[in-house]
Amino acid sequence: MAQSAETIHGSKSKSGAAWWVEPYLTVLALGLFGVYSLWLVFFQHTGQFQNYLSPFFSPTEDWGIKVLPALWVLWAPLLFRATCYYYRKEIYRGFFHDPMACGVPESRRKFYFGETRFPFIWTNLHRWFWYIALVVLVFLWIDAVKAFIFPVAGGGSTFGVGLGSLIMLVNVSLLTMYSLSCHAFRHLVGGGSQKFSCADGSPTTRYKLWNTVSRWNEKHGLFAWVSMFSVWFTDVYIRLLIYGVIHPVRFF
Amino acid sequence: MSENFERHAYDILIIGSGGAGLRAAVAAAEGGAKVAVLGKSLLGKAHTVMAEGGVAASLGNVDPADGWETHFYDTMRSGHFINNYKMVEVFAKEAPDRVLELEQWGAVFDRTPEGRIMQRPFGAHTFRRLAHVGDRTGMEIIRTMEQKILTVNVDVFQEITATKLFIDNGRVAGTVAYYREDGRFALFTAKAVVIATGGWGKAYKVTSNSWESTGDGAALAFRAGAELVDMEMVQFHPTGMVWPPGVRGLLVTEGVRGEGGLLRNSEGERFMEKYDPQRMELSSRDVVARSIYKEVQAGRGTPHGGAWLDITHKGPEYIKRKLPGMYQQFMALADVDITKTKFEVGPTIHYTMGGIKVDALTCATNVPGLFAAGECAGGLHGANRLGGNSLADILVFGKRAGDGALEFIQGHEGTPKVEEAEVQAEIERVLQPVGQESGENPYALHEQLQEIMANHAGISRNGPELEQGLQKMLELKERAKSMSAPGSRTFNPGWHSVHDVRNMITLCEAIIRGAIERKESRGAQWRLDHPDELEEYGKINFVHKMEDGEVKTYTSPVAEMTAELQELFQLGAAPGIAKSGKKE
Amino acid sequence: MAEEITLSVFRGDRSGGREQEYKIPAVPGMVVLDALHYIQAHQAPDLAVRWNCKAAHCGSCSAEINGSAKLLCKTRVDDYTDEVIHVRPMHTFPVIKDLVTDVSWNYEKLRQIPAFQPAIKAPFTLHQRDVDRIQEFRKCIECFLCQNICHVLRDHSAKDAYWGPRMMIRMAELQMHPLDTADRIDLLKGSAGIGYCNITKCCTVVCPQGINITDNGIIPLKERVADKYFDPLGGLVRKMHK
Repeated sequence: MAQSAETIHGSKSKSGAAWWVEPYLTVLALGLFGVYSLWLVFFQHTGQFQNYLSPFFSPTEDWGIKVLPALWVLWAPLLFRATCYYYRKEIYRGFFHDPMACGVPESRRKFYFGETRFPFIWTNLHRWFWYIALVVLVFLWIDAVKAFIFPVAGGGSTFGVGLGSLIMLVNVSLLTMYSLSCHAFRHLVGGGSQKFSCADGSPTTRYKLWNTVSRWNEKHGLFAWVSMFSVWFTDVYIRLLIYGVIHPVRFF
Repeated sequence: MSENFERHAYDILIIGSGGAGLRAAVAAAEGGAKVAVLGKSLLGKAHTVMAEGGVAASLGNVDPADGWETHFYDTMRSGHFINNYKMVEVFAKEAPDRVLELEQWGAVFDRTPEGRIMQRPFGAHTFRRLAHVGDRTGMEIIRTMEQKILTVNVDVFQEITATKLFIDNGRVAGTVAYYREDGRFALFTAKAVVIATGGWGKAYKVTSNSWESTGDGAALAFRAGAELVDMEMVQFHPTGMVWPPGVRGLLVTEGVRGEGGLLRNSEGERFMEKYDPQRMELSSRDVVARSIYKEVQAGRGTPHGGAWLDITHKGPEYIKRKLPGMYQQFMALADVDITKTKFEVGPTIHYTMGGIKVDALTCATNVPGLFAAGECAGGLHGANRLGGNSLADILVFGKRAGDGALEFIQGHEGTPKVEEAEVQAEIERVLQPVGQESGENPYALHEQLQEIMANHAGISRNGPELEQGLQKMLELKERAKSMSAPGSRTFNPGWHSVHDVRNMITLCEAIIRGAIERKESRGAQWRLDHPDELEEYGKINFVHKMEDGEVKTYTSPVAEMTAELQELFQLGAAPGIAKSGKKE
Repeated sequence: MAEEITLSVFRGDRSGGREQEYKIPAVPGMVVLDALHYIQAHQAPDLAVRWNCKAAHCGSCSAEINGSAKLLCKTRVDDYTDEVIHVRPMHTFPVIKDLVTDVSWNYEKLRQIPAFQPAIKAPFTLHQRDVDRIQEFRKCIECFLCQNICHVLRDHSAKDAYWGPRMMIRMAELQMHPLDTADRIDLLKGSAGIGYCNITKCCTVVCPQGINITDNGIIPLKERVADKYFDPLGGLVRKMHK
């Protein structure tokens, strides 16, 4: 049966906006972020400004592997995000129109394999990228701590707080919440177990962990977006410092 | 013109795919019989899904003093002692096993802190007895039964309407049915037939019942010679929604009161103090329904003619966890947040206690090979049904009917036959209204039937009004002979309605005749002209038979309880309480 | 009150059909199903619509109202002020007549799911926290709106490859039952085709019971599949743990 004009489905989203707004915004946001990242990879060679380090360039240690500095780091979080259950929804909707919005007719492509074949079968490896992303996260926390240790003129260093330190702290916190609210982590930490009670009726540790992660998981999509923008913003801030467009603000 | 029809032969045919029918099918199939279930809806949609509060069984998980004797005691008392006590006895004894069996099959009940099946208090149950799943217990049970039936060897025919039972040499022989989808016919022959088609609450306008509750099976059995009992006993649930009009009658689970909801009139008075100071809101349904009705009659009703029900003191979190369905129902349909504000409720037709008269142990009717279980059968609940007893009823007697049918076919040789001519004659009768442009509109007749029942055989009754009602019903019966259903045979609701209306008229006539004969007030029967409960009527049930197309009404003595059981009522309090020495 | 509502209802059968307009008087609190009943009683007695409880418990009256997959009994007419209410049957299933569709495929699939296999006999000792998860899934009323909206079934006609959200939830409820011993992981990855789900969440959006189908059901199942097929290391750890 052909779809007539009045049967365009899901004509309004929850917010009342037209159904196509959300997928296009996704494409716009992710597209711009992608272009920005490529620009970093090919045209920028450092993310360091004094004790501030852009998350795109951490860690700086290369263990002898010589690739473009940003690329050395970028692949891990990129794959973590690309295989993230939340981003997958946005990507399939925005870039592949599979579907664009609920009930919106798709072209009746004969070949739809979902995540059963290459390339999307790779999304099953999400937990592996989560492990790697966690390693990167450790470096980012080290960077965040370093951002509070300022060099003193004439040698030595001192504790201090600058705008950059706060930005980096917020950024790494958001990235941590994004990582800890992950569906794969929710499963690994306790969701995979069948029973949540000990023999004496008390809750298992895994239940408690699962329960906590489940609550965070409800906000996974939110963490996904804000942490992406915070990474972006952190780099922009540090890059503006590097280019001398703005000057560092130091609170004490 | 002769119509082609499918032919199916089974050992046991079950008409009705609600909880009772499916439970009977499981029992029969596990006994090795070739079984078919016919349902007029899709699988898992039957009226069982509407049961909310719970299933009554004296598991004693919350109140260890509970036992079958107390359940027996409560059920007999609220049935005003015209119940078939043998049914009540097996019922009270077997309900716990049937509930545990559901757990075995995958039902997931709410839990106690110790990890057992949780039980909640309910109207007129001495102990906390209702195993439940929030306020969707019936849904859990029908889903469990549906999932069970899909794993046993039973053929399920969905959306098919049986129109007549055939009799061969006095023994039931099968039925003819048509598929709602396209109107093609099928003959089902069987060695035994179980009727499990539920009640006929759709005979009333303000009702909590789904469209299916039109009493098809009871009417079919009645026409085939089965006896009906206690037809005058029609239960008003005290709390249905009253506003907005679109949802008037929609059930508000007794669980709201079970969880602590309070009833007040327009003056803020907790009026149940006047009518049943001991049990208050958790009195039996007949009492609470009448109390609300009386308050409204006395001018103390809410704006839309009901009473206020208030559960706000329990706090939003508790309400949303224990009564999620109610919370949503009021939010979506009435714009009322029951966690924040009181809401209006009023009596709504809920259950038909009467029905096909059956043997307590085998569920056999007086027609050999014909069995009945669940709401379509009568005798268990007497003059008033306790909340939670219907879900236990369908499980206990569903199984017993399946077992009874199995036993019957094992004890009776041969397969009864259905004459081709009989089938053709029935098909012709059924097809007659299809495509007819002129004739009575079944929807209009249904509305008039509901009007008659509401005005003449409603919550309060009296002799002259009942007599008038009977006359009107008989006129309606005549008019119903020329109903028409314009359109084709393909899923034609008008045509489906023709059968529903015909069946309800048959049963309503028996309801009114029973109500006329019972010149007293007892349980659900409230006669303004005979306001007292009379001892002599406590000894009889009214039984109806179809003789040459006419409904005849007789009396039948209520079987006397054994001395042992009678003793339970001499204790001065409910059994568990009397034993443990606690005060009621 | 003389307020009038206009409904445009699909009328037709397997061979096709078109929408037809009806005007009916409004009643406060009226739901779309009430409006259709009015049409049946007064204008079109053979208008086919499947319904049972009219209380959102049975899941019979699924349809598409102004493009959204909804229950007719739960959708209020006054949600649509000043617009025509278009009512069409579910798109994914073949039309039988008017708003009634053939949903038998779902029952075939339900039958193919290995049933509950408890290791012990009831009564069970289970705590509320152990069953909270599966009670959410057991709220399902089998309205099949999720099956209807799932683009894999709806647009790719991949009913042979993927069984749809309802079946995923059914399997989740069994896999997560603390006492169940059957293994449905191979089935999930194989013929039930969980990999076809690309977690675009429309099933969750339309669920009238508010079941978090994707996050609490399908994704945990995908992770269970990953446990077995995509995580040899984790598998080894779990084996040693046992």
